[in-house]
Amino acid sequence: MTVTSLFIYVFFGVFVCFSYFHLSNLALDFIEKKKSKKFSQKSVLRPYIFIAPAVIVLVVFILYPVLETVRLSFFNKTGFEFVGLKNYFWATKDPEFKRAILNNLGWLLVVPTLSAFFGLVIAYLADRLWWGTIAKSIIFMPMAISFVGAGVIWKFVYDYRGPGDDQIGFLNAVVVSLGFEPQAWMTIPIWNNLFLMVIMIWIQTGLAMVIFSAALRGIPKEMLEAARIDGASELKIFTSIIIPYLEKTILVIWTIITILVLKIFDIILAMTNGQWNTEVLANLMYDWMFRGGGDSGRGSLMAIVIMVAVIPIMIWNIHRHKEEEKT
Amino acid sequence: MKKNVLTSIITNLLLITFVIVWIIPTAGLFVSSFRDKDLLATSGWWTTFKTNKVNEIYRTKTSEYQIEENGMFFIKDNLLDKNSGKKIVSYGITSKEMNKFKVNEIAILKDQSKIEIKENGEYLWKSEKSFEHKRGKRIFITALSPPKFTLDNYKEVLFKEGVGQAFLNTLTVAIPSTIIPLIICSFFAYALSWMKFWGRDTLFAIIVASLVVPLQMCLIPLLSIYNDIGALFNIGAKSYPGVWMAHTGFGLASTTFLLRNFIKSLPHEMIEAARVDGATHYDIFLRIILPLSVPAFASVFILQFLWVWNDLLVGLIFLDQVPSEIILTAKLRELLGSRGENWEILTTGAFVSMIIPLTIFFALQRYFIRGLVAGSVKG
Repeated sequence: MTVTSLFIYVFFGVFVCFSYFHLSNLALDFIEKKKSKKFSQKSVLRPYIFIAPAVIVLVVFILYPVLETVRLSFFNKTGFEFVGLKNYFWATKDPEFKRAILNNLGWLLVVPTLSAFFGLVIAYLADRLWWGTIAKSIIFMPMAISFVGAGVIWKFVYDYRGPGDDQIGFLNAVVVSLGFEPQAWMTIPIWNNLFLMVIMIWIQTGLAMVIFSAALRGIPKEMLEAARIDGASELKIFTSIIIPYLEKTILVIWTIITILVLKIFDIILAMTNGQWNTEVLANLMYDWMFRGGGDSGRGSLMAIVIMVAVIPIMIWNIHRHKEEEKT
Repeated sequence: MKKNVLTSIITNLLLITFVIVWIIPTAGLFVSSFRDKDLLATSGWWTTFKTNKVNEIYRTKTSEYQIEENGMFFIKDNLLDKNSGKKIVSYGITSKEMNKFKVNEIAILKDQSKIEIKENGEYLWKSEKSFEHKRGKRIFITALSPPKFTLDNYKEVLFKEGVGQAFLNTLTVAIPSTIIPLIICSFFAYALSWMKFWGRDTLFAIIVASLVVPLQMCLIPLLSIYNDIGALFNIGAKSYPGVWMAHTGFGLASTTFLLRNFIKSLPHEMIEAARVDGATHYDIFLRIILPLSVPAFASVFILQFLWVWNDLLVGLIFLDQVPSEIILTAKLRELLGSRGENWEILTTGAFVSMIIPLTIFFALQRYFIRGLVAGSVKG
């Protein structure tokens, strides 16, 4: 890929897309005008011209694959032979799968909670200081970085050298300067999961922070002032006014991060590839897509487990939007 | 008032702590990418700004360079590079006694020749007999090395490791993968907001549901469709247009959702007035909606672009992992495997992969945050 072919590629892709809309609409204008001048604007066809590409993409890339994945999970590795619940029974006995489920549960408990907690605290602190905007920019910055990039950043922080050598990883340097033995953090089972979660918390706190920050501005100033005049401490105001007020925001942030965490993949693949008991569902699924020539049955099953975990949030979302549409 | 001062101090301290903890990992990466690779491998990045003690091995010139003067033989040169800025503290002539001699001290070798080394690396080696050695004598030095920054890592990573190529590949993936969904979804969002057609509400409900569908649900069937198409036309199953379409599919729900919420919030009187004047929906879309939606487009563009730029999974599955197609994140992951201990390559590669997102982030932070707060959840 050279710079010239990049331009050609990009131009080609965008051109095809744009010309569809332009030409089809012009064609429609032309036909409609010929038919009757009076009703030229009330075309029955035009909505379908507008939605056709999106709907086709939606069907081909989302709806059909979702149904097909459900089907495949009941079929064997090539997807041609019906095996009923065999894949599901296999999963309940597979140690790797169990490990992945347990780890995903751990991620679900720790990451959304801590990200939301830090996000809220930082948003609250930053809104009260003159340099808060700068602080927020810095905390938010990891959101712009890829998970793999974040993986490299943190792999460097966690780097391990033997006890005799100078540590070049920041964490081990701190540990050694406090008089402890350096550790190969990524290889200590159970704990290594926490060190991986730290990366995700480091990234997602920024997201929680900006959403909280926007919500905090919605709290009526009079209410806070009244509480201060009555002599309530800052901590008291935080726990008994601000947190209850933000209940819905907390729920929204929690669902967003939960969904992200369920699909956590890049960090694991880049840092450990599931070794030392750090396996998670999305990585295991990627593995089964190609392991031994690929097993679409087992791979699909893993996707379905992730999907099932998302369904409650999906229903809640649809419900929430229906409510919003009414008002 | 005393209580307020205390609160303010605590607030400041707490926030400073958070900021420091958050910035240290990135700062380490950034600083390291400009460090000398040998220093990087032996000392922490936080020592960059102070003078380090380093142990190095050099060789003297061979006997060809000797000069004869008054029956004495001399070899004269400088061990160090001209601009290294290093200062030698001590040296040795055997690996067992690397620090035997102080700088300016004279070492006597086995053959009774004498060598003297100065702080700046200059040495004078003299002997009464002619020098015979074919290879330079090894000199072990301990030197103070001042902070030094270099762009060598960037040169190596961009042009030798193929990261420069991967950067172009990622651009080729990311630009159409952002513009195509933007065009398609803006029409879709307009139709969902202002046009009447059969199944509109159901379609919108499907979009809301698709927001949270994990893309893992789509990978296996899509890959087999791609393989089938590839086999049918006897072409490679993995190609750039294929990735664009995959990204369009995965970004469709969130892009449509955000644009639809924005377009729906525009005053409907305006659109109705235009309809009365005889404008078609296409005219309204081009002349009224598009110009008004620029801020929303900016937000959606940034979100989708960053998402595609930072994606690994789609790039791994729908592109071949060959130099002409591999994307930055996949390249970085490959380097983590093959060059896991070469931190100069990893840190620099990672930083190259972040340049575009960080630039966008700092330049257009407002739109980025607006898009996120508008309720983006991506499947």
